[in-house]
Amino acid sequence: MLSAILSMLGLGMVSSILLGVASRVFYVYEDPRIAEVESLTAGANCGGCGYAGCSAAAAAVVAGEAPPSVCIVGGPESAAAIAAVMGMDPGTAEPRVSENECTGGKRAANKYDYMGVPTCNAVAAMYGGRRQCPTGCLGYGDCIKVCMFGAIEMGKDGYPVVNQDKCVGCGACEAICPKNIIRVKTMSERLFEFNSIDGAHAPCTQTCPAQINIPKYINQIKNGDYEGAVNTIRERNPLLLACGRVCPHPCEDKCRRGVVDEAVSINQLKRFVADYEMNSGRRLPIPCAPSTGKRVAVIGGGPAGLSCAYFLRRVGHDVTIFDDNPELGGMIRYGIPEYRLPKKVLKWETDGILNMGIAHKPNMRLGRDFDLGSLVAAGYDAIFLGIGAWKDYALNIEGNDLDGVYTGISFLTRFAAWQQGVSNDPVPVGRKCVVIGGGNTAIDCVRTLVRLGAEEVSIVYRRTRNEMPANKVEIDAAEEEGVNLKYLFSPNRIIGDDNGRVVGLEVQEMELGEPDESGRRRPVPKEGAVQIMETDMVVLAIGQGPDVSFKEAEKGKRGGELAITKRETIDQVDPRTLQTNIPYVFTAGDAATGASLVVEAIGGGRRAARSIDLYLSGKPVTPPVNDLFKTHIPGSIFESVEGVTKKKRIEMPELDVATRIKSFDEVDQVISEDDAKKEADRCLFCCTTCYNRDDACKI
Amino acid sequence: MEYILLAISCILINNILLAQFLGNCPFLGTSKKMETAVGMAMAVIFVLVLAGVFTWCVDTYLLKRFDLEFLRTLSFILVIASLVQFVEMFLKKSIPALYSGLGIFLPLITTNCAVMGACLINIKEEYDFMHTLVASFSYAAGFGLALILFAGIRERINLGRVPKPLADTSIGLVTAGMIALSFFAFKGMV
Repeated sequence: MLSAILSMLGLGMVSSILLGVASRVFYVYEDPRIAEVESLTAGANCGGCGYAGCSAAAAAVVAGEAPPSVCIVGGPESAAAIAAVMGMDPGTAEPRVSENECTGGKRAANKYDYMGVPTCNAVAAMYGGRRQCPTGCLGYGDCIKVCMFGAIEMGKDGYPVVNQDKCVGCGACEAICPKNIIRVKTMSERLFEFNSIDGAHAPCTQTCPAQINIPKYINQIKNGDYEGAVNTIRERNPLLLACGRVCPHPCEDKCRRGVVDEAVSINQLKRFVADYEMNSGRRLPIPCAPSTGKRVAVIGGGPAGLSCAYFLRRVGHDVTIFDDNPELGGMIRYGIPEYRLPKKVLKWETDGILNMGIAHKPNMRLGRDFDLGSLVAAGYDAIFLGIGAWKDYALNIEGNDLDGVYTGISFLTRFAAWQQGVSNDPVPVGRKCVVIGGGNTAIDCVRTLVRLGAEEVSIVYRRTRNEMPANKVEIDAAEEEGVNLKYLFSPNRIIGDDNGRVVGLEVQEMELGEPDESGRRRPVPKEGAVQIMETDMVVLAIGQGPDVSFKEAEKGKRGGELAITKRETIDQVDPRTLQTNIPYVFTAGDAATGASLVVEAIGGGRRAARSIDLYLSGKPVTPPVNDLFKTHIPGSIFESVEGVTKKKRIEMPELDVATRIKSFDEVDQVISEDDAKKEADRCLFCCTTCYNRDDACKI
Repeated sequence: MEYILLAISCILINNILLAQFLGNCPFLGTSKKMETAVGMAMAVIFVLVLAGVFTWCVDTYLLKRFDLEFLRTLSFILVIASLVQFVEMFLKKSIPALYSGLGIFLPLITTNCAVMGACLINIKEEYDFMHTLVASFSYAAGFGLALILFAGIRERINLGRVPKPLADTSIGLVTAGMIALSFFAFKGMV
């Protein structure tokens, strides 16, 4: 008995002495802060941070390998508390939020009847799911089961809906989803996401150069969530008031409803919510990521520059806009006439963008007041060139230097500057005016001249109405306002009197021949059919390109190396990244593409902002993966659409012709709330392959 | 040859999990994910080899010498627990990579009955030192094999449609029984 007690005591003594010695010998200093930090994490051991449990995350924070915001469950409070322990700045992490991108659920047709295990992962193993749609939500809610925070619920339409307030961004739902539909992203990641060839995008969203999620905001309008709709548009387009008025809406051309009856009036709905925000008298807050400390100079305050500055600011960079003009807006302020886009409205919009904390330096011209080298010297990390297309193409005909001959852009800008009180140099208006050209600039010129009191205003265009590049609604409006449109006439020479004043225009009648390389039929002169038009003012509006004269001043300096194309646009290494041959210089808008749409410039501005953000964070500037660039997803443009009852689109309210030609008041009016809801109801809420049929719920 | 036969017998025929039904809590607890199952298997191999050797020494040089075999269970618990603690401290200082790899599983095994059971079997079979070493490693390898196989099956079961009353541990035990039955096919091989 004694020996038993003694030996057990001995064994115990030996073990404890051994352990005691070991704890001395093998002592590892552990930072007491690790335990402190660990107590401040959520303690859920969820693994959402990427470390094996909260203690590993805490050790990583103390070792300086993880930011104080490592605990995504703990959120900002935890980050602040940990930062206090570590004596650090809470850092620049943005909250990550989950989002289900599919709004479909039950509406796509079934490929087969499925009776198996009710989980997404099981059904996805059989030919990618039972629905016809390859990209859509499978609707068995694996994400709902895996969410530890109860943040995902099954919506009434059969697809999971994320409660953004409860979501902590742990990423469990993204990991389990077999279809890559439910995604956890930061705001910056969302802002710089581009349409992808394998994505779930409606035909309108695919067509929109700014890639606005159109069905999403129309659905928000339908549900009366106008502020949500504004925010949805602002994720892609900061100039919704301007675009809602002047955009020629290429999206509506590809609207699937247009195959059945008439396209949804997408742009009027955009204008409705944009005006709703402005008229509510309250600016919706635009969230910005924490500052990164990087500085970007944006040259040009037009749509491209504003868009680029806006997106860069939202992801946390410091932006300064340099602009040649006293006010922001560029071509949409000085080129687009007041009756299409009131400048009060534009001012409200650009003020909102400046309010985000963007600096504006007016009356600064590249090549005159500063150059690229001076910007680099001033500490800017990247430069965006959005200088637009402000130079009129010259028409080399006899008499183009006569008194009374103007070019399109210079006429419009000179008039706009006078009208806005910037200059006191009015444009003398003729009695009988002729505008040469068929683009939007030409139409803007004639409609302005009508309002300025010209007795007779004509357009001379060498092809027919079908080939005219101007928007159809604009041509219609010009016609209603009494403009005389002379198709199939080409100017030969401008006739002047002895004093060098314009008195007439000799025009040659044309007919259409074989198609040229642009696909339009080439006009050829008709033998002997020459007319003389009596006129005292000729405006040449045959197109415009970027003014790259700043290169002259930059000869031998940094800017002198900038590559320019034959068309005098700024050359890019890749049109998908918009980086120029100087790595820290990026471009977009008319300066990069030649004269194009406002919405194209806005989309380009966002694309360039993405590249600049990549450049500033030291990553390679590569195009987005699977980028859907100026094309459509194969099979997503339908020839016919079934199961839809015909219903006309609502009419655009506008000022009657007699009133509007006497003033520069805005012609197009905003639709009423009732009409907006009715129109939103016409949307089929399409995705790549599915759409809401009238009997959608029966499927 | 003898050692190979011993190893086969310990891994397959007398598999500590499926034939002896020892160590069921980690078997059910850590077999839901392949990743944790592999971690657990490695930790068990590591600890069981050490524990087997140490308990053999304690038994041969202390208990048997003083006729204290009745204290075997008690002293083994003491030895294994201290050993695991010691090893943990040693690894943390000297081989941090292995320490972080085995992670949380190391202290968990302090109370693993498979470790204890295997040590007691070694003594009961009256193995010498080398046999003890081989047997300890083989039992642990058999544990790892069964655990990893089972984890693979359970990952599949998660996708299957399991009736509510049988879900999770219940279906796990049923499956474990079936695997055990299949392991009985090895009986009589050696």
